[in-house]
Amino acid sequence: MLTASLSVEKSAVWVLAGSVDQIALGQGRCFVAGKRKIALFRLRNGEIYALDAVCPHREGPLAEGVIGNGTVVCPLHGYRFSLRDGHGVDNHSAVNSYPVATRAGMIYVRLPGTA
Amino acid sequence: MENIKSHKRKLVVIGNGMAGARTVEEIVARGGREQFEISVFGEEPYGNYNRILLSSVLNGSQDSSEIFLNPLSWYEQNGIDLHAGARVDVIARPHKAIHCDDGNWYPYDKLIIATGSRPAVPPIAALRRQSGEFRPGIFVFRTLDDCRRIAEFAAKCRRAAVIGGGLLGLEAARGLLTHGVEVHVIHLPGHLMEQQLDQQAAAILKHTIEGMGIRVHLQKLTKAVLGDNEVTGLAFEDGTTLDCDMIVIATGITPNAEIGSRWGLTTERGIVVDDQMRTSDPDIYAVGECAQHRGRVYGLVAPLWEQARVLADHLTGSDAGVAYQGSKLATKLKVMGVELASMGVVAGDGEQDDVVQFMEPRRGIYKKLIIRDGRLAGGILMGDISKAAYLIQAFDRGIKLPDERLSLLFDTGAPNPKVTFDEMPAEVQICNCNGVKKGEITACVAAGRRSVKSVMETTRAGTGCGSCKSLVAELVEWACKGQVDDDPSINYYVPAIPMTKPELVEAIRMRGLKSVSAVLNALADGRDDPGSKPGLASLLRTIWSADYEDERDARFVNDRVHANIQKDGTFSVVPRIYGGVTSPAELRRIADVAEKYNVQMVKITGGQRIDLLGVRKQDLPDVWRDLGMPSGHAYTKAFRTCKTCVGTEFCRYGLGDSTQLGIRIEKRFQGVESPHKMKLAVSGCPRNCAEATVKDLGAVAVENGWQVYVGGAAGSTVRAGDLLATVKTHDDVLTLMGRFMQYYRENARYAERSYGFVERVGIARLRALLVDDCEKTAARLDQEIAAAVAAYRDPWTEGRELYEPTQFAEPAPVRGEAAGVAA
Repeated sequence: MLTASLSVEKSAVWVLAGSVDQIALGQGRCFVAGKRKIALFRLRNGEIYALDAVCPHREGPLAEGVIGNGTVVCPLHGYRFSLRDGHGVDNHSAVNSYPVATRAGMIYVRLPGTA
Repeated sequence: MENIKSHKRKLVVIGNGMAGARTVEEIVARGGREQFEISVFGEEPYGNYNRILLSSVLNGSQDSSEIFLNPLSWYEQNGIDLHAGARVDVIARPHKAIHCDDGNWYPYDKLIIATGSRPAVPPIAALRRQSGEFRPGIFVFRTLDDCRRIAEFAAKCRRAAVIGGGLLGLEAARGLLTHGVEVHVIHLPGHLMEQQLDQQAAAILKHTIEGMGIRVHLQKLTKAVLGDNEVTGLAFEDGTTLDCDMIVIATGITPNAEIGSRWGLTTERGIVVDDQMRTSDPDIYAVGECAQHRGRVYGLVAPLWEQARVLADHLTGSDAGVAYQGSKLATKLKVMGVELASMGVVAGDGEQDDVVQFMEPRRGIYKKLIIRDGRLAGGILMGDISKAAYLIQAFDRGIKLPDERLSLLFDTGAPNPKVTFDEMPAEVQICNCNGVKKGEITACVAAGRRSVKSVMETTRAGTGCGSCKSLVAELVEWACKGQVDDDPSINYYVPAIPMTKPELVEAIRMRGLKSVSAVLNALADGRDDPGSKPGLASLLRTIWSADYEDERDARFVNDRVHANIQKDGTFSVVPRIYGGVTSPAELRRIADVAEKYNVQMVKITGGQRIDLLGVRKQDLPDVWRDLGMPSGHAYTKAFRTCKTCVGTEFCRYGLGDSTQLGIRIEKRFQGVESPHKMKLAVSGCPRNCAEATVKDLGAVAVENGWQVYVGGAAGSTVRAGDLLATVKTHDDVLTLMGRFMQYYRENARYAERSYGFVERVGIARLRALLVDDCEKTAARLDQEIAAAVAAYRDPWTEGRELYEPTQFAEPAPVRGEAAGVAA
């Protein structure tokens, strides 16, 4: 599956973010790839999602937000974003979302080529 | 009609005026297009327009294109089949079909007649040509075309007569005035606007409009129009005449009910309908000015809206039991620039009514209220209608009026902002946190959101500090004209679980649910609503104390790292300084820490502590360790601080040792969690330098004891606390405060501050429960709070022993590209 995705979008590259246990269960964690800040979220059911880490509203740290119902709630002013595709649940601008794959406890994120 | 399932039923509406179109809108808003195929037949070649704005078109203040309610595209978008410029001439009831002057038959399952009304034209000689049309220069004032023609004709006229001194006639007169003609108003009764005004008010109005150049002729019965070809004047029954070269007739309305009587529906003045707007044929309804309900025909817009709602509820089945009870008539209008509000009866009946009246004729001000059984039976406000919004509301809903009557007519003290939505401009900011204006909220309601919660979610109003929530709720109710959708979830403790706090506590206890995820799995179908988690975490800790199974992901970030997140993602650190009393050694340590960790700002807080701002998350444990002081809990819903004044130790006025008591209070209750934050203060004398009466809990020393206040606030809401009791000793204060705290912990909603809680429960009830111990619960409350105090552990010691390895983790670098590593 991973290789298949790779061939679809050649300009993007998969990067190794780190191991699953770098993120506490049910929480988020900020990762830095060059100039890009990515928030990774680890759900209680094991799913992992990746979004831009900075809220477009007032630059709140999304990785610190409470998650649930498939959304993350920005800790500063409560704007919500879909974990799956980054769209703003509160009628607000969206954040980018990134494909994630886990292999043997390691998390890979596919980032646009410049990362 | 058993074809309901296979086909949509055909709903045909005759008439595309305000009533017909509004009814269709209401039906569409209730999902009626799922049930009905809707066709609308309108005689006018336009979409429908707002007739009440017609005089604005006449006087030029409004462009005719601006008064259309629904453009033609609205019908298209909503899949409504509009036949504009089409007249319906037959209702073939046995065949359930109508015939239209386009030559076609159209079948219906349900038919709505909304043919409205036409101007009533009194019997006056020489009004018409032989063909039946009005002679040139004679007009009625009714449609958009009338407006255009009147304006065109007025341009070449010198003097116009308006027959009819009611609301519409005066509107016409005002419109004509702007076209530079001399305007005369002819009225049969002894005073103007006899429907809305009494004699005194009408006399003042007459004086006012005469001052604007309009001539008013009362008690004049018009008999004939003078002139051979062109209009040259009017002749009256008393033998007098008036020269004029145009005439506008505005003497009321006649319901267009003939279509009803002709096709066999019971018709009197209008087509007779029952409380569901049903005519004598159960498949035919009538709504608006053509309908007669309980003997009344309404010519104003508000009743028509009410009828449209009832009919839509009934037809779509969205409210099967709905019934129209008739409308209470209240209007607010501007006649020639004179502001006027009129409701209900205009005169008292002498015996049982109280009449409150104020008159200032020279300034054109008149106010009169007719009060029956303590409620408003009617009233007139003219010239100053600042109290109209409240009075109309009180009249509409039959609200019991306060005994003090003067303030009903005048603002005698602070104005009550809650009842002035009518006057409030759309750009007034309602929610100061999210910058939401009144207009955005009303637009949201107009777009179909009718519950407070959905309006809050859409506009974000009230979702910041929350202090404007009740204002938002009232505004939504006002904008819905009271038709707010019930939203039971406002009583839920958390949104995800449909239970009130007592129900939820009961369910949690019974099932032994000890973690947030266990509660969500058991009671919310596993829906892990993020907005519900922190509230549940707080509640579970209150219920289970030490047995609570802590899940860190259910906590807000502040409660994960025991510091307050700032706008740039750094944190603020506020160490506890008991009672605001510190020492040189503590200050020195704080200064050292501030330097060592490059703290961006050192700030004295309002709660008599020191705030270190701009600390990085990963530095928090080291900062705490170097400070060696306990957490001040300046980040969580818990006991925050106890502010004190100097007290007896040094102050020459001190009556009680406020610093000592403050320190004892803070040492005892530090970190105790509660539905919302608790800020406290102790003042050593009634000068109250510590501002204890505007705190969640406060104590003020008096001679021989302490007053204990609860429910004070001085933030987004300002409220003076209520005196709970006056007690003797420091221990008494501690006991009573603890008892209140526990009662608040157990009974307040999540995020309900003490000021709201005390107001909701009532201070009398709280005194009975907590001071007089009327239900013998005080001992238990005292025990519970003691247990909570005993379970307290300073969270900053967690820094030495991480709860989880990533608790204070900084952003991690990615390890690198892995394009080839794929499995």
